Amino acid sequence: MNLRGIQAIYIYEMNRSFRTLIQSLVSPVLSTILYFIVFGAAIGSRMENISNVSYGAFIVPGLIMLTVQMQSVNNASFGIYFPKFIGTTYELLSAPLSFVEIVIGYVGAATTKAFSIGLIILATSYLFVTINIVHPFFMVFFLLLTCISFSLLGFIIGIVSDNFEQLNIAPMLIITPLVFLGGSFYTLDMLPPFWQNFALLNPIVYLISGFRWAFFGIGDVPILTSVFFILLFTSICISIIWYIFKTGYRIKN
Amino acid sequence: MSEIISVKSLVKKYDNDFIAVKNLSLKINQGEIIALLGPNGAGKTTLISTICGLASITSGSITVNGLDVIQDYRKTREIIGLVPQELALEPFEKVINSVKFSRRLFGKKNDNEYIEKLLTKLQLYDKKDNIIKSLSGGMKRRVMIAKALSHNPKILFLDEPTAGVDVELRKDMWNIVKELKNEGVTIILTTHYIEEAEMIADRIGIVNNGELLLVEEKNKLIKRMSIKILKVRLKKPLKKIPQKLAKYKLKLIDDGNSFNYYYNIGKEKTGITSLLSDMNEIGINLFDIQTEETSLEDIFVKIIKD
Repeated sequence: MNLRGIQAIYIYEMNRSFRTLIQSLVSPVLSTILYFIVFGAAIGSRMENISNVSYGAFIVPGLIMLTVQMQSVNNASFGIYFPKFIGTTYELLSAPLSFVEIVIGYVGAATTKAFSIGLIILATSYLFVTINIVHPFFMVFFLLLTCISFSLLGFIIGIVSDNFEQLNIAPMLIITPLVFLGGSFYTLDMLPPFWQNFALLNPIVYLISGFRWAFFGIGDVPILTSVFFILLFTSICISIIWYIFKTGYRIKN
Repeated sequence: MSEIISVKSLVKKYDNDFIAVKNLSLKINQGEIIALLGPNGAGKTTLISTICGLASITSGSITVNGLDVIQDYRKTREIIGLVPQELALEPFEKVINSVKFSRRLFGKKNDNEYIEKLLTKLQLYDKKDNIIKSLSGGMKRRVMIAKALSHNPKILFLDEPTAGVDVELRKDMWNIVKELKNEGVTIILTTHYIEEAEMIADRIGIVNNGELLLVEEKNKLIKRMSIKILKVRLKKPLKKIPQKLAKYKLKLIDDGNSFNYYYNIGKEKTGITSLLSDMNEIGINLFDIQTEETSLEDIFVKIIKD
C-alpha cells in the first residue's frame, strides 16, 4: 500500500482547509450557534420537553447531523472536483496509487474535517444547554460513520459534476431539504399520520434518529434499523465509487 | 541500448467510437530521446496517456521495464514522470510544497536536498516559496517539470513542453532535456516543432491518424529522405524546358531565368553531371548554381501527405 501517497493527499486536503479556516470551520460553527440561539434559547424556552428532554437539548443531535452531513459532502466533493477543474488529476492517475488509496486520502480528509466540526459544535452546545450523552461511544461511532458515508457521497458528487453549479445542486436541493425534513427539529410522532409514514421514506430520518438515540436513548425508529440504514448507505456509496474507478467513469479517458 | 518501453498492437477506442490509436507498436530504448511528431489529433497524447495510466487500453499491451502497465502499475508508474501539455497546477500552493506533494504521491520519502537541487537546476530555487499563481507561464512550465522529476524517474514524458513558450525558454528547455539525457533519463517528447525534434531527438517517430508511420534515427531519416535542390540560374531565359531535359523534371522559375532540379543525396547517382552535360549539348549556358537542403519539416510534410 502507498501510505505516503495517501498521507500526501490527506495532508494536502487538510492544509487547504487551514488556508481557508473561516470558510471551513468558523462559518459552519457560527451558523449552528445561530440555530441554537434561535431554536434553542429563543423559541425553545417556550416549547414543551420532548420525552423529558428540553427542546434546546433535543435539537443538538439534529443540528450536528445537519452540519456534518453538509460539511462531509461539501468537503469531499470540492476536494476531488477542484483537481478535476484545474486538471491536476493527471498527477493522481499517473502516480503509483490504487483507486482505494485515492479515496482514502480524499474521504479521510473530508471525514476528519466534518467529524472535527461535529465535535466542536457539540462542545459549543454545552454553552447553551445541558446534555448528558447516554451512549457516548455509540455517539462517536455513529457520528464517524455518518461523516464517512456522506464524504463518500460527496466524493461521488465531485466526480460526476461537470461544473460548480452541479457541484452545489445535490447538497442544496437534495440533502438540505432531506435533513431539515428528517427530524432535526422534531420527532416523527409530532407529524400527522400520513406525513409520519411519508417521512419514513427519507433516509436521513434513520440517521438522525440513531444519533439522537445515542444522546438520549430515544429515537423515531429502532436503533438497529438506524444502524442498518447507515451501513446500507455506506455500502451503496462504496459500490458506486468502486464502479466509477473500475470503469474510469468521468476520471479516465 | 536495452529496451525500456514496449508498445504492442495498441488500440485505443473512445466511448464515441473514435479510434485514437490504431494497432500501434513501438519500442523505446533506455537513455534515448525520442520525439513523436504529428499534427493535432494524431494520437500522440493518447499514446502517452495509455502508457502513463491516464487512459484505458482497448486492446494490445504496454510494458515498461519489462512489466505490464496494468498488472504491475505501481512498479511501472514509479519510474515514470509526466509533464502534460496543459499547465495544470494548484494555483494557491507554494512551489516547493507542490513539488514535495508530487514526490510523496509516488511513495517517496521527503528529500529536501534532492528537491532543492532540482529546483536549482530548473532555476526555480529563488521562487520556491512563491505561490504558483504569481509565476509566469514559463516558470509554471518549469514547476511542471520539477513535479514530474520530483521522484527521480527513469522515464520522462514531455507532452509538447514548449508549446506557447518563447524562444529563450524553449532553448532552456532543450538544455534541460539534454542534461536529463546525460543523467540517463529516457525522454519521450511530443511536439509540433520540427526544429525541436531536429535539435534534441535521437530518434523520430511520425504519428498520424492514430498510426505510427515511421520510427527512425533522426540522422538516418534526414539522410534517407533528404531531397536537395539544385538551383540553376541561366544566362538566357527559357520559355519552356527543352525535350532533351524533360527526364530531369525541372521546374522553371523566375520567368524562365532559373530552374530547380530535385535530387536525392541518398542515391548513388544524383544526375547532376548528366544534366549539365545535356544542357551543354543543347547550348543552354548557366550563369550560376546553388544548392539547398530540405529540412526535417519538409520530410515530415512529405510523409504525412504520402
